[in-house]
Amino acid sequence: MPLIEAKNLRKAYGPIVAVRDVSFAVDRGEVVGFLGPNGAGKSTTMKLLTGHLRPDAGAAAVAGRDVTEDPVAAKRNLGYSPEGAPAYGEMTVREFLRFAADLRGLDDAAERVRATLDLCRLGEVAGQSIDTLSKGYRMRVGFAQAVIHDPEVLILDEPTDGLDPNQKHEVRRILKDMAARKAVIVSTHILEEVAELCTRVIVIARGEIRCDEPREKFLARGADLNAVFRHLTA
Amino acid sequence: MSAAPAPRSSAAFRAVLRREFAGYFRTPLAYVFLAVFNAFAVSLAFFVGGLYEAGVASLDRFFLYHPWLWAFLAPAAGARLWAEERRQGTIELLLTWPVTVWQAALGKFLAAWLFLACALLITLPVAFTVGWLGDPDAGVIAAGYVGSLLCAGGCLGVAAVASALTRSQVIAFVTGFLGCFALVLVGYGVFDELLSGALSSGAVDEVRRLGLWRNLEPFTLGLLDARPAAYFLSVAFAGLGLSAVIIERR
Repeated sequence: MPLIEAKNLRKAYGPIVAVRDVSFAVDRGEVVGFLGPNGAGKSTTMKLLTGHLRPDAGAAAVAGRDVTEDPVAAKRNLGYSPEGAPAYGEMTVREFLRFAADLRGLDDAAERVRATLDLCRLGEVAGQSIDTLSKGYRMRVGFAQAVIHDPEVLILDEPTDGLDPNQKHEVRRILKDMAARKAVIVSTHILEEVAELCTRVIVIARGEIRCDEPREKFLARGADLNAVFRHLTA
Repeated sequence: MSAAPAPRSSAAFRAVLRREFAGYFRTPLAYVFLAVFNAFAVSLAFFVGGLYEAGVASLDRFFLYHPWLWAFLAPAAGARLWAEERRQGTIELLLTWPVTVWQAALGKFLAAWLFLACALLITLPVAFTVGWLGDPDAGVIAAGYVGSLLCAGGCLGVAAVASALTRSQVIAFVTGFLGCFALVLVGYGVFDELLSGALSSGAVDEVRRLGLWRNLEPFTLGLLDARPAAYFLSVAFAGLGLSAVIIERR
């Protein structure tokens, strides 16, 4: 059974169809790079997969649970970091992660918070309010709340956006360490991320899937990935 | 780390309630709010209502202004309920965590109501002062406090709807205030006269029953009446329910 399943998803905002008939499945151990130009429908697809939006047609399932019919069970197995990693700015990093752990009903909340602070190297800013953090730290806080419960499914909307090269490397390292036990979708504009992190690539443009293939096949399309991307999304 | 644990439906609700209540005290705004509420509640009772000059050991002149106070301050406290989540983008986070919209809405609402209860609680020295000056009926005073708290809940219901409709706390506050202001006006003589031009006397009387003061007054007289209590709770929970529906259909 795939851990993430999208079946004929469709979503329109008024007359604009953001996602049309999108279907794919992601198994444990896969890291899917979700590529596409701005406005292609990547974030909308992610919002449909996470249950933040209801599809006009089709269905999405996380760990075998339909996100519309059984949303709480589906979300329990899901870690999601939305674009820009929103967080409660007035809380400290530790308070925010404790809130995420408590809301998920984790019995060992204090231990999870400590382990996640270590994993994401947030210890030195744990007592700082999130509003005062740099963008790099804020992104890491967004990532931390997504992994605090060690979910089977991770959906990350541009998790390395705004990070410096060292921070990007760190996030990718953590993701790679976890990848074997999870199904992961990472949306990104950074094509080098595909080669470094992903096992599979889905390219979306104008709400439709233009390409869904293993990383090796995608990389074999050409040496200039930017040209490949332009060609696929034209 | 192990896999996600089995569900505990109350954990999410309790976590939201705790975060929201603590959230009021994370900024100086909460203390400003409590000070303003206390200052206005006491000033209106003594300087406008003439509580001291009346020479009666009763708090009815103190509670007389509470519909006005709550109409202004409940939307101020409730404006952040959903508008702030929308502005910060955290609504996307919250609603993709394993919590239902209803659990989140109830947790937020009860936290705000608890905060308003704190505001009411710090006016207790007024009751002690009256007790020191005279020999008031403690039961009547307690009933007045219960009525005021229920009135606050009703105003908060209106504020919750206003907050669910926008991402701007300012717009949420103004809209919530206007809604509560309308409920304060209902039952006042001038408003009745305006209505009597358009409605029958029976209809005007029915509309008058919807006024905040009309429903708070029995409590200030020491009557723990089910009907006004049901009115305030209906407004509160209708507002809570409507706000949850608005968020669910966002």
